[in-house]
Amino acid sequence: MLTLTIDGRDVQAEEGKVILEVARDNGIYIPALCYHEEVAPYGACRLCMVEITRRGRRRLVASCLYPVEEGLVVETNTERVVNDRRTIMELLLARCPDLAAVQDLASKLGVDKTPFRLEDKKCILCGLCVRACEEVVGVSAISLVNRGTNRQVASPFYEAPDACIGCGSCAYICPVDAIGLEDIGDTRTITMPNPRMQKIEFKLKKCSKCGKYWAPEKQLDYIAKKAGLAPEEFDICPDCRD
Amino acid sequence: MQPEAKQLEKRVVSVLDNYQRDKGMLVSILQDIQAEYNYLPRETLEQVSQGLDVPLSRVYSAATFFKALSLTPRGRHLINVCLGTACHVRGAVRVLEAMERDLDIKAGETTKDLEFTLETVNCVGACALGPVVIVDGEYFGQMKTEKVKGVLENYT
Repeated sequence: MLTLTIDGRDVQAEEGKVILEVARDNGIYIPALCYHEEVAPYGACRLCMVEITRRGRRRLVASCLYPVEEGLVVETNTERVVNDRRTIMELLLARCPDLAAVQDLASKLGVDKTPFRLEDKKCILCGLCVRACEEVVGVSAISLVNRGTNRQVASPFYEAPDACIGCGSCAYICPVDAIGLEDIGDTRTITMPNPRMQKIEFKLKKCSKCGKYWAPEKQLDYIAKKAGLAPEEFDICPDCRD
Repeated sequence: MQPEAKQLEKRVVSVLDNYQRDKGMLVSILQDIQAEYNYLPRETLEQVSQGLDVPLSRVYSAATFFKALSLTPRGRHLINVCLGTACHVRGAVRVLEAMERDLDIKAGETTKDLEFTLETVNCVGACALGPVVIVDGEYFGQMKTEKVKGVLENYT
């Protein structure tokens, strides 16, 4: 355990944790869109910038990436932090003016308009879907492709990816609900926030007891294979099992 | 022009073996394949993914990130038209337009016969020579629209 100061409060923290985690553990709010405890931090959204003082020098760091140190002094609400955060929020709002999650966070941070030219992007490029697909699901079906202003989330060659099992983790983890997921009848449709990509469709498995369609066949095959179970184990949906 | 699939696979395997199938050498491997074919045929990305046991999505991500790598065939000759400030004010845009007209392609594209790829660059540090056009590493300074044809003729 080590001790650091966040906003004037002394807090205890485990070594190896990052500032953002420790702050949240202690009820100190730091906004962030690209952070999720289940995947490795990435530092994409820059909303979690805080000011630290170290050996008498002050600087801004992304709190989701900065490991805590003994005696570290962290401030989450200095003028510099608030100004930077504001600009970042304005940029996000200009990029994605139609996303409810972006609007909500913006108004929470007191940003109601943006001086930047409006675009109509659906994706904030936080990479959470990519990280979840790789680290949690383990299939790496999608990635961030191209660079600069052309950067986007896509599958290889913009085609329905072989590797995708239709689990929907990307849609679940997306902080701005940019990835569409819809189950209609026996088909699941996943829509990526990328106009170049077609909808990806999956056949759902029918429960042999209640007849409900309950999960993509491809996902169940993947789980069975990974867990070393017989595919028949998944003939019945969880609701019908005793 | 399309390389045979079998031969393609053989080449990729030998490049991979050159790097002991080290995942960390992904970009170098892609560069070597790019040097061989002047672009990265789709099959090669799939073979690299399998050969290195790296997800195709990550190979694709790297292949689309670097400007030196291309997923579409590139011409035998690479033309770079400098559009940096100095060249720009001396009429580089008109030189570029003349190039586009002569080759019948837009900047960033490759001619149908795969002879030329036309690209722009934002300053090559030879501002005193501006407008500058670089073909396969050879610099042509004080370019004018009238000189475009003559420069291209050197390469056809």
